Amino acid sequence: MFGLFETGFQFFYWGNLLMLLIGGALIYLGIGKKMEPLLLVPIGFGILLVNLPLGGLMDYELQVTNTTGVPGKVISIEVDETSRIGEDDVVLKLDSGEVLAPIYGRLKEVTVSPGQEVEPGGVVAVMITTAQTPLPTTPVGLLSRVFAFGIMWQIIPPLIFLCLGALTDFGPMMANPKTLLLGAAAQFGVYFAFFAALATNFFMPDGFSIAEAASIGIIGGAEGPTTIYVTSLLAPHIIGATALACYSYMALVPIIQPPIINLLTSKKERAIYMKPQLREVSPVEKIIFPLTASVIVILLVPMSAPLIGMFMVGNLFATSGVTERLSKTASTAMIDILTIFLTLAIGATMSAENFLLPKTLLILFLGIVAFATATAAGVLMAKLMNLLSKEKINPMIGAAGVSAVPMSARVVQKMGQKANPRNFLLMHAMGPNVAGAIGAAIAGGVFLGMIG
Amino acid sequence: MAQEIIEVPITGKIISVNVKVGDEVKEGDTICLLESMKMENPILAPVGGVITKLEIGMEQVVKPGDTIAIIDY
Repeated sequence: MFGLFETGFQFFYWGNLLMLLIGGALIYLGIGKKMEPLLLVPIGFGILLVNLPLGGLMDYELQVTNTTGVPGKVISIEVDETSRIGEDDVVLKLDSGEVLAPIYGRLKEVTVSPGQEVEPGGVVAVMITTAQTPLPTTPVGLLSRVFAFGIMWQIIPPLIFLCLGALTDFGPMMANPKTLLLGAAAQFGVYFAFFAALATNFFMPDGFSIAEAASIGIIGGAEGPTTIYVTSLLAPHIIGATALACYSYMALVPIIQPPIINLLTSKKERAIYMKPQLREVSPVEKIIFPLTASVIVILLVPMSAPLIGMFMVGNLFATSGVTERLSKTASTAMIDILTIFLTLAIGATMSAENFLLPKTLLILFLGIVAFATATAAGVLMAKLMNLLSKEKINPMIGAAGVSAVPMSARVVQKMGQKANPRNFLLMHAMGPNVAGAIGAAIAGGVFLGMIG
Repeated sequence: MAQEIIEVPITGKIISVNVKVGDEVKEGDTICLLESMKMENPILAPVGGVITKLEIGMEQVVKPGDTIAIIDY
């Protein structure tokens, strides 16, 4: 019974310990190595919280029903409140068959007693689980409620996009609209990983479904909120893995991108000089852009409206010149509050039972494939543009098309200066960088339109 | 002797000046750190030579085209 002497140890197993180590490693990377601390520290702590059994922060209640299809009399009850229950474990035996647990978890209460008649679909027990399952569940923990009503209801990710819009300067992209092509090219990584995930069905008996493949592909968009938004709609059971892959690889952009850039470019190409000064973009242009971009993109890809619409209204707050208060709130307190909710809840989706699956490793692998191919596609597109244009661009700026704002732009800036100390590519790289953020949201909208 | 003028590439604030007039620098040495877009951006010497003019100071807000330093080489 749940009581004074009950501790989490009876439900604690090696998987929880491994997850505590993973959570601890993320917290270490955030604090010790300063790698994306605003994301990795709360995600790591969320992992820690969900892997301390009976803490209840990420609990969902779920009714176990008579699934035998015929009425039956209860013969015996096979589980009790002190044991962990695996998916398909026998919960109770009826004279007409066995009732199996629909998901992993633990027993909260049995609602029938031996000898009692149970109709088909009748409730026999209530379970507690930490799984994100399509089965009807009721969130009963702090973070499971945040997850259910904040993320599954698609509220937090689009609102974070609003805040990102307020923080984004489209000026560099507008000054050099060619960079839109680089942001678009980098979305190749999204589709490559999507098809690679689908291809798992050729060599695995239980490969990824089309909805899972789309959620994995969108990791290549290198935008956390986009990945979470798309996965929450298409494949919420893998949201922990896709979000972790996306945020971790964003933190690892300075390690992932340089070898790919070096492989695809010569020293001479990396040293191509670009004048640091871009065309001055007028305030009117900056106001018109979010308005026209919203209309065009949403008409073309309606399912991208929650992300693009919020992104652009946030940007308008920043550019209008009359909504400074809104812009300031969105770019400071609001984004911080939303990030706390989002990252803690995402961390808390990574219970050992949910996360320690062979497919998780495959998702992490495909995620890095998505990042790598996105980088390569951006660089190759820049090289192609150089073939067709008189005015040469440094092909490295194509790598910033993967989004991951502003990390990839920073990588390009650093590598550009190393190849040629005269170079200052930051603003040139910011163009494809923000174009990549728009491209990722559109790619997500395309998936939702096709599959959602 | 040739002269190399190092100009400010992007609006920002100088948060550290790493050389003084008369210093000898090698290509790639850091002249100063420019904080812009919440990033610390090193401004590097494009050529090796001697700093003959330094037109920036700590905490100075600079805009594109402003002169940072002149190197004789």
